Amino acid sequence: MSQADGITLTDLTLTHGRRPAVHHISGHFAPGSLTAIVGPNGAGKSTLLRAIAGLHPAREGGLRAPRHAIALLPQAAALDRAFPISCLDVVMFGHWARAGAFRALRPAEKRAAREALGAVGLEGFEGRPVGSLSTGQFQRVLFARLLVQDAPVILLDEPFNAVDSRTAADLLALVHRWHGEGRTILAVLHDLDLVRQQFPRTLLLAREPVAWGPTAEVLTAANRLKARMMAEEWDAEAEPCAAGPGTRSAA
Amino acid sequence: MRGRPGHAQRGLMPELSLYDLFWAPFAEFGFLRRALVGCLALSLAAPPLGVFLVLRRMSLTADVLAHGILPGIAAGFLVAGLSVTAMSVGGLLAGLVVAVGAGAISRATGGREDAALAALYLLALALGVTLISTRAGSVELSHLLFGSVLGVDDPALYMMAGIASLTLLALSFAWRPLVLECFDPGFAAAARARGGLWHLLFLVLVVLNVLAAFQALGTLMAVGLMMLPAVAARHWGRSVGGMAYAAVGIALASSLSGLLLSYHLDLPTGPAIVLVAGGAWVVSALAGPVDGILPRLLRRPHLTG
Repeated sequence: MSQADGITLTDLTLTHGRRPAVHHISGHFAPGSLTAIVGPNGAGKSTLLRAIAGLHPAREGGLRAPRHAIALLPQAAALDRAFPISCLDVVMFGHWARAGAFRALRPAEKRAAREALGAVGLEGFEGRPVGSLSTGQFQRVLFARLLVQDAPVILLDEPFNAVDSRTAADLLALVHRWHGEGRTILAVLHDLDLVRQQFPRTLLLAREPVAWGPTAEVLTAANRLKARMMAEEWDAEAEPCAAGPGTRSAA
Repeated sequence: MRGRPGHAQRGLMPELSLYDLFWAPFAEFGFLRRALVGCLALSLAAPPLGVFLVLRRMSLTADVLAHGILPGIAAGFLVAGLSVTAMSVGGLLAGLVVAVGAGAISRATGGREDAALAALYLLALALGVTLISTRAGSVELSHLLFGSVLGVDDPALYMMAGIASLTLLALSFAWRPLVLECFDPGFAAAARARGGLWHLLFLVLVVLNVLAAFQALGTLMAVGLMMLPAVAARHWGRSVGGMAYAAVGIALASSLSGLLLSYHLDLPTGPAIVLVAGGAWVVSALAGPVDGILPRLLRRPHLTG
C-alpha cells in the first residue's frame, strides 16, 4: 500500500452543534499502522472515525484522508437488522466502489463475495436473511463485506462488541491479516487488555487527545485517570473556545 | 345494449355467469375499461415505492405528500378549472416543496422529520380546502378530495400510464442504490454513493405517483394503492424484490376486484378499491407466511437443529 494511505489530522475540531466532540487534535496515522482508539463513552471516538470516513464534517482544522480508499465498519447497532436482505446481498455491496450503482456484478465478483462469507466462517449462509442471524454472525457478515471492499484503509467501530470470544478471535485474526498486508487500520475498542496484547499503537481520546503513540506508553495509569477526568467535566457555562478561528473572526 | 342491470334485481344471484361477473362490465362500459387501465397502471408502479417507504419507516410520508399536493392542485384549479395539466403541475410543485421542505426544516430546526411533516401536511390540507372553497362548490370539492375513478378522461389516463412507465424505468435503474441507501445509509455515504440524490429522486417518484393516483382516488385515498399492498407484502416476501412483486400482485388484484365490487354492489369506486386492498392487508397479517399471526399460532413441532 502506498504512502498516500496515511491519515493526517491538523488541529482538527469536530462538533455536535457547538459542543466539541473532538477538540483540537493533531497527529498522523502512518500508512500500514494498526492503531486502537480508546477512551470513555462520549470521548468522540466514533465521531472521529465517521469524520475520517467523510460522514461528519470538520468544524475547524484539517483532515487529510484517502476518501476513496476507506472502508468503514459501523457499530452493528446502527443497522436495521430486520431489513429483508440476504447475507450474500449485503456482502456484495462491498463491490460498490468498483461496480457502482448500475453495472451488473461479474461472476468473479459474485464468487469473491461467496468466498468472503466462507472466510468469515459463514459458508452456506448466502441466502439467509440477516434478520435470522445472531449478533456475532451479523458482525461476521459485515467483516465479509470489508473483505470484499478490499480497501487500503479500514476503520472499525467497536468491532468486537457483544460477540462471543470465538467470533472475536476469528475477526481479530482477520484484522492481523489485513495489518500484515500493509493496510492502515483504526479500531475503536473498549477492552484494554486486548489493546495491550494485540495493538502496537494507541490513541487515548477524551474529546481532547490525552496520549497517542506506542500502546505501552499511552495506556499508563496516569493517562487513563486523566482521560476519565476530562470526559466527565461537561461545562454548562463553557465559553466560546479562544483557540478556534471561528471565534476569532466573530470577536 | 342491455344497459346496466340494477344490482337490486340481479345482485350476486346464482345464475350470474363468470362472464357476467368478470368480463361483461368492462366489455360494455368504456368508462370502466378506462378506470381499469388507469388503476392497473397505478398498481404496477406505486406499490414498489410503498415497499421502500415501509422499509425506511416512512409509511406516513406518502399520506403527507398526498395532502401536501392539495394547495398546488387547488391553485391549478383556480387558474384553469378541473384541468388535468394545470392541477398536475400545481400539485407536482406543491408536493416537491413539502417533500424537500420537511427534510430541510427538520435539519434546520434540529427537530424530527415526522413532526415537521405532520405540521406541513395539516397546513397544506387546510390551505388547499380553503383555496378550493373560494371558487368551487361542494361537488368540485368532493371530486378533488375523493376523486372519481369513473371520471378518468384521456389526459388523466395518459398521465397515469406515463408516470407508471417512468416510475418502472427509474426503479429499474435506481434499484441497487435505493436498497443500499435504505439498508445502510452510512455505508452509502462513505462509499460516496450519492444517497441524498437517490433519495430525492425517490421522493419525486412518490410525488408523481401520488399525483397519478389523485386523478382516480382523490387526495384522501391517493396513497391507498401505494401503501396498503406494500404493508401487506411485508408478510409475503423475505427480500425487497419479493416484497415488491407481492405488493404489485396485491395491488393489481385489489384494483380489479375493487372495480367489480363497486360495479356489482353499487359502491363508490375509490373506497371499494382501497377497502379490498385493506382486506388483503388483514388477510396477509393473519395468514402471511412471514410474521403472520396464524402461522405463529399453529403449534408445529420444533426442529432439531
